[in-house]
Amino acid sequence: MADAGAGTVGRPDLSGGRLRHAEHVMGTVFSFDVPAGSAAALPGVLRWLHWVDATFSTYREDSDVSRYGRGEIELADCASELAEVLALCAEMAVLSGGYFTIRPGGGFDPSGLVKGWAVEHAAVMLREAGSPDHSVNGGGDVQCAGEAAPGRPWRIGIAHPLRPGTLATVVTGRDIAVATSGTSERGHHIIDPHTGRPPAALASITLVGAHLTTIDALATAAFAMGEHARDWTESLPACEAFAVTPGGGTWQTTGFQAFAAG
Amino acid sequence: MRRIIFAVCGTVAGLAMLLSFKSHTSAGALTSTAGTSNTQPFGQASASAAASASASPSGGSGVLSTTGGRQLTGQVANTAYGPVQIQLTLVQNKITKVSVLQQPENTANDIRIGNFAFPKLISETLTAQSAKIDSVSGATYTSGGYIKSLQSILDGSG
Repeated sequence: MADAGAGTVGRPDLSGGRLRHAEHVMGTVFSFDVPAGSAAALPGVLRWLHWVDATFSTYREDSDVSRYGRGEIELADCASELAEVLALCAEMAVLSGGYFTIRPGGGFDPSGLVKGWAVEHAAVMLREAGSPDHSVNGGGDVQCAGEAAPGRPWRIGIAHPLRPGTLATVVTGRDIAVATSGTSERGHHIIDPHTGRPPAALASITLVGAHLTTIDALATAAFAMGEHARDWTESLPACEAFAVTPGGGTWQTTGFQAFAAG
Repeated sequence: MRRIIFAVCGTVAGLAMLLSFKSHTSAGALTSTAGTSNTQPFGQASASAAASASASPSGGSGVLSTTGGRQLTGQVANTAYGPVQIQLTLVQNKITKVSVLQQPENTANDIRIGNFAFPKLISETLTAQSAKIDSVSGATYTSGGYIKSLQSILDGSG
C-alpha cells in the first residue's frame, strides 16, 4: 500500500439522488456509490481508510505493520485491528492450503487481506450510519450492500484481462462481494508461494460471495493456484468463480450461473 | 450518458491494444458541436482520453441527422500506423451505430488487422453500452492506472 496521492479525485457527483466519490488511498482509488441522504457518513469512512493506510502500509517505515514486521514492537503494542487482520490471514492460509500467505515475498506483508477487509469494513460503516444501499470499490474489488436502485440488483462488470477497456462478463446480485485477481494492472504481483514464480494458468479469476474480506483473499489464493483453482473454488462454500485463461478461454463454477447477468 | 462515454473509451482502449499502438498515441477525443445543449458529457470524454494519451486532434464535429439521431465525429488521431477517425450515431443518447471513417491502410497487414479488429471493437462498444454496469471489478489498479480504468469513467472523474 503506497501512500502517494492521498486525497479526493474530482468532485462529488450527486446525480440521481446518489453520491459518487473517488478517494486516493492505499496506493489505489476507492470508489463510493451511496445514497445522497447518507453523504454525511462519508467523511468519517474516508478518515478511517487513511488511518488504515497509515497503520497497515508496508511502504511506511513508521507504520505498525512495518515496525511489527521488523520485530521492534509486540502485537499488543499495535492497533488492535492488526490482531484482527492477522487472525483472518491465518484463517485464509488454512482454507487455501497455504496459497494465501502473509509472507508472499518472504517478508511480513498482510496487504493481501487488508484492502478487501477495509472495503468491507467501509461498507459496514455506511450501513451502520443508515445507508441501506451502497457500493464500495477498492481498486477493483467491490462490496455491495442492498441493491443499486429499488427493485434492481447491482451489476458489476468484470474487466477483461486480455482486452483492456472491455468486459469479460457481468455479475449481478444483491449484497454481493466481487473480487478479481490477475496480472492486467500491475503485472505479475502474485507469486505461487510453493514455486516462488508467478502462476501461468490464469489471466484472471473473479470470485463472488457475500463478504469481500474472504472473497478477496481467496481470489488471490485461487490465482496463485493456477490450474488447481477450478476444483478448489468448486469445493468452496458460499463462493463462486469465473476465470479467463491466457488464451482467452473462460470457465466458471457450476453455481456461478446464479450471478451471471442475463 | 456515462455509459456512452464508457463505451467510447472502451473502444479507444481496445484500439490501442489490438493495433499495438504506441502508448503516446491514441484515438482522439470526441467533441460535439451539434445543435444541442447536451455537449457537456463529451467534455468529460475529452478529458478522459486526453489524460491517457497526447492525441493530435484535428477537430471533431457533430451534426443532427434527418432521422433524429445525432452524429458525433471523433477527432482524427494520428497513430504510429496512420490516422484513425470514428463516428458515432446516437439516438436518445444511446449509440446506435459506430462507423470507422479512417483507419490505417499503409500496408496489406494494416488492412487485414483493421478489417478484423474494427468490426470486433464496434460490436464490443455496442455490447458494453447495453451492459448497464454500476461498478467494475478487475485486477488491482494503481492510483495512476485508475485514470485509465473503466471505473474512473463510471465515477465521472476520468
